[in-house]
Amino acid sequence: MSTRLAAGGRLIERSRTVRFRFNGTELTGFDGDTLASALLANNKLLVGRSFKYHRPRGIVASGPEEPNALVSLGEGNRFEPNRRATDTELSEGLVAVSQNHWPSLEFDIGSVADRLSRFLPAGFYYKTFIWPRRGWASMYEPAIRHSAGLGKPPRERDPDRYEHCHVHVDVLVVGGGISGLAAADRLSRAGVRVLLIEQSAHWGGRSLNDCAEFDGDPVDEWVNRKVDELRQRETVRLLGRTTGTGVYDHGYALALERVSEPEGPGSGVRHRLWRIRANKIVLASGAIERPICFAGNDVPGVMLASAVRDYVLDFGVSPGDRTVLITNNDDAYRTAFALVDAGLTVPAILDVRPVSDGPAAKRARELGIPIENGKAIAAVKGRSRVRGVSICAHAGEGAVLGELECDCVAMSGGWSPAVHLWSHCGGRLVWDPVGVMFRPDGNNPPRDAAGRSMVWPVGAANGQLDAAGAMEGALTGAADVLNELGFNEVPVSAPHIEADSGCPVMAAWLVPNGLGHSGKSKAWVDFQNDVKVSDIELAVREGYTSPEHAKRYTTLGMATDQGKLSNVNGLGLLSRALNLGECEAGTTTFRPPYTPVALGAIAGDAKGDLFKPVRKTPMDGWHSGRGAIWEPVSDWRRPYCYLSTGGETVSEAVSRESLAVRKSAGILDATTLGKILVKGRDAGRFLDMLYTNMMSNLQPGRCRYGLMCNENGFLMDDGVVARLDADTFLCHTTTGGAEHVHAWMEEWLQCEWWNWRVYTANVTEEFAQIAVAGPNARRILERIGGMEVGSESLPFMSWTSGNLGGFEVRIFRISFSGEISFEIAVGADEGLALWKALLDAGEGLDLQPYGTEALHVLRAEKGYVMIGDETDGTVTPQDLGLNWAISRKKKDYLGKRAQERPHLNHPDRWKLVGLKTVDSGTELPSGSHAIDSGTNAHGHTRMIGRVTSSYFSPILNRTIALALIERGPERMDEVLRFSTSNGVVEARISGTVFYDPEGTQLNA
Amino acid sequence: MLILRCPYCGVDADETELAPGGEAHIKRSGPGSTDEEFETYLFAKVNPKGVHFERWRHSHGCGKWFHVARCTETLEVFGSYRAQTLKPPKAIIDKIAGRRPGWAGGRN
Repeated sequence: MSTRLAAGGRLIERSRTVRFRFNGTELTGFDGDTLASALLANNKLLVGRSFKYHRPRGIVASGPEEPNALVSLGEGNRFEPNRRATDTELSEGLVAVSQNHWPSLEFDIGSVADRLSRFLPAGFYYKTFIWPRRGWASMYEPAIRHSAGLGKPPRERDPDRYEHCHVHVDVLVVGGGISGLAAADRLSRAGVRVLLIEQSAHWGGRSLNDCAEFDGDPVDEWVNRKVDELRQRETVRLLGRTTGTGVYDHGYALALERVSEPEGPGSGVRHRLWRIRANKIVLASGAIERPICFAGNDVPGVMLASAVRDYVLDFGVSPGDRTVLITNNDDAYRTAFALVDAGLTVPAILDVRPVSDGPAAKRARELGIPIENGKAIAAVKGRSRVRGVSICAHAGEGAVLGELECDCVAMSGGWSPAVHLWSHCGGRLVWDPVGVMFRPDGNNPPRDAAGRSMVWPVGAANGQLDAAGAMEGALTGAADVLNELGFNEVPVSAPHIEADSGCPVMAAWLVPNGLGHSGKSKAWVDFQNDVKVSDIELAVREGYTSPEHAKRYTTLGMATDQGKLSNVNGLGLLSRALNLGECEAGTTTFRPPYTPVALGAIAGDAKGDLFKPVRKTPMDGWHSGRGAIWEPVSDWRRPYCYLSTGGETVSEAVSRESLAVRKSAGILDATTLGKILVKGRDAGRFLDMLYTNMMSNLQPGRCRYGLMCNENGFLMDDGVVARLDADTFLCHTTTGGAEHVHAWMEEWLQCEWWNWRVYTANVTEEFAQIAVAGPNARRILERIGGMEVGSESLPFMSWTSGNLGGFEVRIFRISFSGEISFEIAVGADEGLALWKALLDAGEGLDLQPYGTEALHVLRAEKGYVMIGDETDGTVTPQDLGLNWAISRKKKDYLGKRAQERPHLNHPDRWKLVGLKTVDSGTELPSGSHAIDSGTNAHGHTRMIGRVTSSYFSPILNRTIALALIERGPERMDEVLRFSTSNGVVEARISGTVFYDPEGTQLNA
Repeated sequence: MLILRCPYCGVDADETELAPGGEAHIKRSGPGSTDEEFETYLFAKVNPKGVHFERWRHSHGCGKWFHVARCTETLEVFGSYRAQTLKPPKAIIDKIAGRRPGWAGGRN
């Protein structure tokens, strides 16, 4: 059983007890514990169930590489799934529950999957859930959805704050072990601005548990001294609890700082995402120990040797009274020494190497620890905790030679440099057969903008696993970086570290080497995704021989731990199954993030009101006060309609507003329409290229409706162009199109016709614009007075400027409603005052503010198209019957060549028509498809068109719709059938102008 | 997250300030061009692994379009230059040739 030792524990404060709950039970730990160490101290060996087979699982590691000990933390709106117990610091009142079991951790119905595992090998879901097809909706999908995912997602909105910080530094040093500290020290002494980040709350990394002495003193003295020195340098920033999660192009890096736990004290910010620009990155991220693949290596109590050592030395926790060690390297012997020092028993060190005769083996023999060379574990006894191991020869197939009682197994399959951040931005790896590891390939580094190396791996991350080598590599690496950055070196003295002349590591991908199929089916490679040695061999048999294919087929390394423990073993086993050289099959791709980043941290402050700014017109407050129902239109908000007091419904309001425009007068806030000034000697020539119709012959004082197409010939935007003077045009665009159209103009001016003398300015926000429309519109303007607005002085499609009741305005006589209409532009700061003045002038004339929905109804009654309704990026002006707005005289305009393509001139194209439902009260929803008899080439029902706009017209007292229909204009009065969610609706094709086709109202 | 220098305002701009615009030095084919010419203009873009000439706009900066010569594989930037040109400046071609011996040049 695991328990707290009477003494020891470098990181814990025994005088401060911390209470927490695990699966509803109140437990205690000490300040400085991780959740994992506290659970082990309470003999909670079983902490979760595996993903696929629901196998009982215990803690394997002591850091962020942990695959098994994932728990759900917190409650209510602070619930968070899949947190690693091994790097979760214990805090008072912490609440954790284990995952992936029902009804309880100890008794889990889902574990029946383990008994059926023979029928659930890798890729079973590709083969199993195929027939009958009906089964998908009713059985397979619900079952797969139920079993998918480890933790449960939180159900409530996250109340915590997350923030982003941007920082520029000369060098980012990732990792606060001895290599990172030494490199940061050398760099900062030379005056380099350094950001040093360390994922844990402590500095010094593994060195503190690995017993090396620096200059004859304990390592922690050197570490503390360096940290103090670095803290005092103004050019250095140290961040603990900060994980380097990704390295991206040109020295961009992300780091996640865990500022405070939800329930714990803190600054009010939970996570801080550092967005770093570094000239160079020193990667001192250390190495990760590999498990060994033997039968039963997932039984709770089987742990990484380094983790066993950490729990004893860091937290004073014994993972077991009797720990059998299995290793292929010398480093694991340190664990045996730590256990014996703590008064615990190591019945045997099973060393798969035929000989081990280095200083470590010598010391073990001196301590009386039996070393069994060439021996391995045949099987682990026990199901929910280790009860013993049976021993075999590593060279053989696993014939049992003897048994050992134990309650913990410490395994070490060697160490893999943590090369993730090296690889994220293109750094390649080489296989090091001596160190049995993939290490950074110095000849193929990730590169910066100048094509020079951007990341410098040092220490264990560069494969230098011994302290002396790591220190030397870190100082050399720092010197190289100084040289690259053009800094003069300041001499530093390296501490003296005893060289580590150990016995070399030996590759051991499968233990014992000749393990049979039954054993391979119990030898786990990826604990979290339940991938066994047998699954990798199955992938190879089925032809998934490239690492990327084998990974996806078996799901190796695809869990939340991204294969930190499993990937290299998997690649070793894959190469072995393919009879290739050691790890010759290559690697898969490392992708950010190194450890999971909370979505909240990625969002930062960009949520709620700050997610996207809302653009408001000068009259926004007035609308708010008059019952406006808002509609988002691109980034703006516009009144959809105004609800009168007295319980008016939205559709009643829309009817009232549209009838007011038809019968008396309406006033609309049209400020959001885009306004782009185009000026210069060649402005007319330029607009002739941009619009499908002619603009250069427009006279000053006149307005013209124009269409803009892209080079594919499809309609992009529309609006009224007013010529202000000989070389100045004001182009109105749609609300959503202003920025895009302005950018489009600039693109052509800068990149194609750069010798044309044209200047553009987006003046959308400089003006407020107000439309006054309806039979009483002119009287309202005349009441204000100051400008001639009669038909003769201001005819349809003309504009004038002047002083309207004290306001300097431009008045455009244009209409989007079919009624006589004036659009009045005034400086934005006077918008609200003019709006109120117009309303005052409308007193007694039934002048009503109207919103976007009434605007839509009015324009649809007149058959005016709306960009985004009648168009979707695949519709040409010709499809919409707008041929009258396409110049035949012009040799060229954007989109003209494309419109000559046969497909865009095909007679079968869907073209714009009006629709009247046969039953005048029936709604025909926008988007409904017109269905023809017969089927298309795929055997599906043939569609011959779709509804683009659909409204109830109050003035006509019936529904109306616009639609794009195959050969539509040729099928006048034909009744078509439309598929809707309420069944088939019949509608008759009509012209597009439903109201006042003669234009009597418009020209009044 | 590339950093590209805007040749107009001189800013070393973070990619968040920039908008990409696809392949540079595309010749526009308007009315009168053959189907093949028009197809090439509109659709036949190169996507090389290696040296590439691209259009970028300093959209959240000075608003200017410019061109960049860049290696899509290593992300090395050979230089940026103004958009008002039909071909890359000689200095940039020379630099690429120096950094990539054997480079075929043009739309490789």
